[in-house]
Amino acid sequence: MVASSGGHHQWKLAVGTVVIITVVIISGKKSMMDWGERWSEVRKLLERPGPFTHPDFEPSPDTLKMLQENMRVLVIGAGGLGCELLKDLALMGFRNLHVIDMDTIDLSNLNRQFLFRKKDIGRSKAEVAAEFINRRIQGCQVVPYYSKIQDYDDDFYRSFHLVVSGLDSIVARRWINGMLLSLLCYEDGMLDQSSVIPLVDGGTEGFKGISGVTYRLTQGVVKRIIPAVASTNAVIAAACATEVFKLATSACTPMNNYCVFNDSDGIYTYTYEQEKKEDCVACSQVPQELLVQLTEKLQDVISRLKDSLQYQMKSPGLQAMIDGRTKSLYLHSPASIEERLRPNLKKTIEELGLRDGMEIAVADVTSPTTVLFKVKIQT
Amino acid sequence: MESSGTPSCEQSDKSKRYDRQLRLWGDHGQTSLENGHVCLINASAAGTETLKSLVLPGVGAVTIVDDAKKYTFSFHSFFVDSDSVGRPRGEVALRLLLELNLEVRGTFVDQPLQEILDNQPDFFVPFTCVIVTCLPECTLLMLSKVLWEASIPLVVIRSYGMIGYIRVQIEEHAIVESHPDNEMPDLRLDRPFSALQKYMDSLDLDSMDSKEHSHVPYVVILYKHLQIWNQQHGGPPKNYKERKAFIELCKTGMREKENSEIEENFEEAVKAVNTSLLPTSIPSGVQSILNEAASITPSPTTKPFWIMARALHEFVTSEGRGALPVRGTIPDMTADSEKYIKIQNLYREQAAQDADWVLRRVQELSQQLGPRKIVTSLESDIKNFCKNAHALRVIKGKSIAEEYKGSINLGEIGAHLENPESELVWYVMLRAVDQFHSEFRAYPGYFQDQVETDIVRLKVCVNRLLADWGCGPIVKDDFIHEMCRYGAAEVHSVAAYIGGCAAHEVIKIITSQYVPINNTHIYNAITATSETFML
Repeated sequence: MVASSGGHHQWKLAVGTVVIITVVIISGKKSMMDWGERWSEVRKLLERPGPFTHPDFEPSPDTLKMLQENMRVLVIGAGGLGCELLKDLALMGFRNLHVIDMDTIDLSNLNRQFLFRKKDIGRSKAEVAAEFINRRIQGCQVVPYYSKIQDYDDDFYRSFHLVVSGLDSIVARRWINGMLLSLLCYEDGMLDQSSVIPLVDGGTEGFKGISGVTYRLTQGVVKRIIPAVASTNAVIAAACATEVFKLATSACTPMNNYCVFNDSDGIYTYTYEQEKKEDCVACSQVPQELLVQLTEKLQDVISRLKDSLQYQMKSPGLQAMIDGRTKSLYLHSPASIEERLRPNLKKTIEELGLRDGMEIAVADVTSPTTVLFKVKIQT
Repeated sequence: MESSGTPSCEQSDKSKRYDRQLRLWGDHGQTSLENGHVCLINASAAGTETLKSLVLPGVGAVTIVDDAKKYTFSFHSFFVDSDSVGRPRGEVALRLLLELNLEVRGTFVDQPLQEILDNQPDFFVPFTCVIVTCLPECTLLMLSKVLWEASIPLVVIRSYGMIGYIRVQIEEHAIVESHPDNEMPDLRLDRPFSALQKYMDSLDLDSMDSKEHSHVPYVVILYKHLQIWNQQHGGPPKNYKERKAFIELCKTGMREKENSEIEENFEEAVKAVNTSLLPTSIPSGVQSILNEAASITPSPTTKPFWIMARALHEFVTSEGRGALPVRGTIPDMTADSEKYIKIQNLYREQAAQDADWVLRRVQELSQQLGPRKIVTSLESDIKNFCKNAHALRVIKGKSIAEEYKGSINLGEIGAHLENPESELVWYVMLRAVDQFHSEFRAYPGYFQDQVETDIVRLKVCVNRLLADWGCGPIVKDDFIHEMCRYGAAEVHSVAAYIGGCAAHEVIKIITSQYVPINNTHIYNAITATSETFML
């Protein structure tokens, strides 16, 4: 057994402080549980250099320990994708897994949600899934939350290094995007990379054409074409788990960044970089001009963004750079933040402290990245 | 029903449990699956993940062949547990897999594959499909030969570091329900059958009142305007430009409604022009199936598919006057239900009539084969066959032995290897590590202290393989280094991905629905990309 510091500096998703890992002594009869045997497969990838790793990657035995001890991953949804994700991540060395799902188990789930049995019908999906994984894979500590994602605030979400979702609700998906966006911090107008919590999203049919994830939070969107059969869930979840593993370890560069899978005629995947469309308004970092009057209220500006043919936004969230600091003007979610910011809607541009030439970042479900605006005061 | 106790309750339980998948392959697909018996050789992570996705949807039975005496605590597989330390790996995997679905039967065979191949030639006969993983090259070739000769489909899977591999070996696979993604409607507007023509001609758009006019199904609008067009041009619109002109013609028939809205049915007609006015034809793939069917002499060993294809061929050349049977389904339309249902029935009746012709022909062909009637020729089977006639597919596979003999298309390999985007280089690497294994009894990089030496050795294997294929040493060292880094490690998410894909291929094979790969699929988890090759 080895005690070691986390070696966090090499991590793309580093946490702020060095964490001393306490010595773990595994007691009892299962002496097989020593690192060498149990994780030999993953260790080859993590302890050997290779030509296709991320530039940040440094082969080291610390990487596995980091994965096991430090890395906190939230799995949203314990359904078809969620069950697979928990299993995949647990078998790749992640131990601090958290799963949130408000649903209970139904008979029609059993043909693919393999952590559930007939006797479990009616119980919480998150709880049964966590119990099962913890029982089968020793050392793994899945923490279940039988609740809605909206029941938790920013402190809860900030405590994770990675979020992976297998949601089938657009509303919930939009909400989690909003939440992760609200956690971003700025120093002197620069995004603090440590406040970025990557989201890996396993989408379903219903998500076609929507990717409302901001600040490159979406590291991977995987869409399935044939729904509701064990094999397809397994494939999509596995592709997501691979991306989570890459993001957490830098053992490979992450995929770039949208993948479509269809296996009705042969097997077909199409992976492409979704963000870098040169002509896309949403992606271009050249600020658009936003004409406003000093007496105009924030809510009027927001309705203009919604009504404008060019932007057609649905529920824009606005953050301004004021004196090198980020100031949230208005965000739709989470509820706690929305409530705090709501009074801003009635304030005028002048009252909010906006001046000519200042930049406003606008995030909306209709765009994968934020749109930058430059304030132009009309006189 | 076969189940005892309370069949109705169990039946509904079952349909509820399988509800989401029945939408994909139907009750008949489920029945095929439940009659299927798959054999897995070696209960690795990829192997057990494949079985998991077969047990859950309810495959009939599984057999695991595995001679690993005790499993080492290989925790990258989910189907091991701490209570079973010391038990055979395959036995534990089977027990944990069967927990997933009590309807599935299972057998564990604790015997080396080589022994089975040597002593039990009929061992594989009961299986609908065999799945194999982690076999040395020579054993794989022996197995492939046995199964090829017995016409039993074989699916080879590998999960090697960040690389996944699936190889389907199937001699011939005929698919009636291929479920194509973009289906064009079969409306026969260019060659209406007589009942359709008679009904269409009985309608007169001009004399309709405005309510009727705005509710006439768009197929009528297209038909009527096509008559006008044909008079002017001597035949249906042939290309994009002509179809555009035809759209303008349809628009002239549109009436303005009182509230100045446009007629929805005309809008639909305009939108449907590009898909509904394509000339009725036989897709080239189907035509070559018909040609093949024409050339065979039906015998008692001829498969039912080919008897039906033969009858279909005869239909096309006689009764069908060059066209396939009418499909009998039409798209949804904004219309009054009386006319819509009338038209729907016209298509349906014609389809039934055409299918009936094929059915009678199938029966005649079967009777000619003598008292041993080989085609049960269920009416529903023939109906299904005719309905899907435009999408029939036949896959002709190649044996792995044949592929390994070097009958692969060498020119193509060279071209692929020069393309930096191609995944074929990983196929070369997998073949090379197998040769490495045959030579050194371990995979390159398996032992920590031999990674550096193995890089040099593997490079020799790769270049030897390329030289055999007549290619120069065109594989970059990066790939060799990466393979040695893996040291044959099975990464769980790669195994799970390959397991999911392989299970779906097996389901396609068992149900004869959807189209399996032919024949090699490479998954690259580094870039989340994949490619299929015919090797």
